[in-house]
Amino acid sequence: MNVRLYILQRGSAALMVPLVLLHLGVIFYASARGLSAADIFARTRGSLFWGSFYAAFVVAAATHAAIGVRSIAAEWTSLRGAALEVLMWSFGLLLAALGFIAVAAVVLA
Amino acid sequence: MAEIAVSLWRGKADGNYQLYRVPQRDNQTVLDVVTWVQRNADPTLAYRFACRVGMCGSCAMTVNGRPRWTCRTHTAKVIKNGKLEIGPLANLPIIKDLACDLEPFFEKWQAAKGVFAPRLTRVDAIERIPPSTAPRLAADAAIECINCAVCYAACDTVRWNPDYLGPAALNRAWTLLNDVRDVGQRQRLQAVAAEGGCHACHSHQSCQQHCPNALNPTASIAGLKRHTMTAYLKGELE
Amino acid sequence: MNGLWDRQRRGFSRSGHRRDALWLAALLHRLSGLALAAFLPLHFLALALALKGEIALDGFLRWTANPLVKVAEMGLVFFLSVHVLGGIRILLVENLAWFQGQKQLATGALIGALLLALMFLVRAA
Repeated sequence: MNVRLYILQRGSAALMVPLVLLHLGVIFYASARGLSAADIFARTRGSLFWGSFYAAFVVAAATHAAIGVRSIAAEWTSLRGAALEVLMWSFGLLLAALGFIAVAAVVLA
Repeated sequence: MAEIAVSLWRGKADGNYQLYRVPQRDNQTVLDVVTWVQRNADPTLAYRFACRVGMCGSCAMTVNGRPRWTCRTHTAKVIKNGKLEIGPLANLPIIKDLACDLEPFFEKWQAAKGVFAPRLTRVDAIERIPPSTAPRLAADAAIECINCAVCYAACDTVRWNPDYLGPAALNRAWTLLNDVRDVGQRQRLQAVAAEGGCHACHSHQSCQQHCPNALNPTASIAGLKRHTMTAYLKGELE
Repeated sequence: MNGLWDRQRRGFSRSGHRRDALWLAALLHRLSGLALAAFLPLHFLALALALKGEIALDGFLRWTANPLVKVAEMGLVFFLSVHVLGGIRILLVENLAWFQGQKQLATGALIGALLLALMFLVRAA
């Protein structure tokens, strides 16, 4: 951990506070009403709001999770040096890629 | 007379606990117990103490799994089912029995630039620092550290991250960061912003919970995090 | 005398601090984060079923109606809630002047997360 990673970690965390709270609202709303796929698409397809909301969420979550996993690996496993960087970048990029595909799947027609 | 079943750590890291039966007394401290064993049961026991009145921090050991000043720990408060378990401080190499090597602790103190770098010399007039200014208040709140290493022994980030400078070194760096007489701030910020610096701290607060002087290294380290973040965003740090 | 005191141990006992509330809060924060990080790729893959059309996603949504899945989802809601609430406390500790009541806040975060998880189960069941 250094000052750059720290700023990215805490910065992405701060950004995600309102995103997570709204997402929890979405979770409660969708599960209480038992929304089907069609119900979900009716709300998300073509929505600039949901597209930007979840795209931002993906970037923040990928950054935050990748750095977090790096810290845990550095302290609880024997991985060191370059191996930690490889772990962090590959996990972060994996989450970002899968995340953008998911957002595209739900938002793009 | 009541007796305490005291397990004392003997040997080095690969040593083991040895059991001693020590008479229990009123107003007895854990340091009294260790001293009794060395004087009456086993003169080969190695341990450290100096002031024995809670000022120097030399007698710090692990008592029932927690780092404490043994001269300020009454046995009545820590005995469980007539038993007591005493070992050296954690996170430091063991020299023998209850005495550990504090060299790594002091090396990290230096590495964090926990050393005063004066602007003035002895021939200059003494600079007046009002104690009520914000930086001096911040420094004074953290200044009473006597390097006993209890916080260092209580910290899991120290245990899990060999590069981590530790709560005491960073706390001292914070007091010097707030010392307007000091001119080594650039190097100090660089030192605490590096790998193993203040950003490795997860704010567990084990340091704050265990400090016998009621200091709060977590708060000091939070201050370092804020300062280094601002300095980095302003381009003042590498 | 209990044999626990006589046998050879791997090092002296030195983890008493791990019984403290704030240390346990930090552990829960780390483990919940790890659980969320492991869950996230699966979550994204499930949503990507939308690429195959409504029927594929609906099939998955029907599977989530299973009570065991609902309990697992409640666990995820708990992890997300406790991680963000505990995380807010850390952001406050690191960016504001020191304030008292850390243990109370940490306990509040845990209770808040448990309530949210319970609310989810009650409403979604």
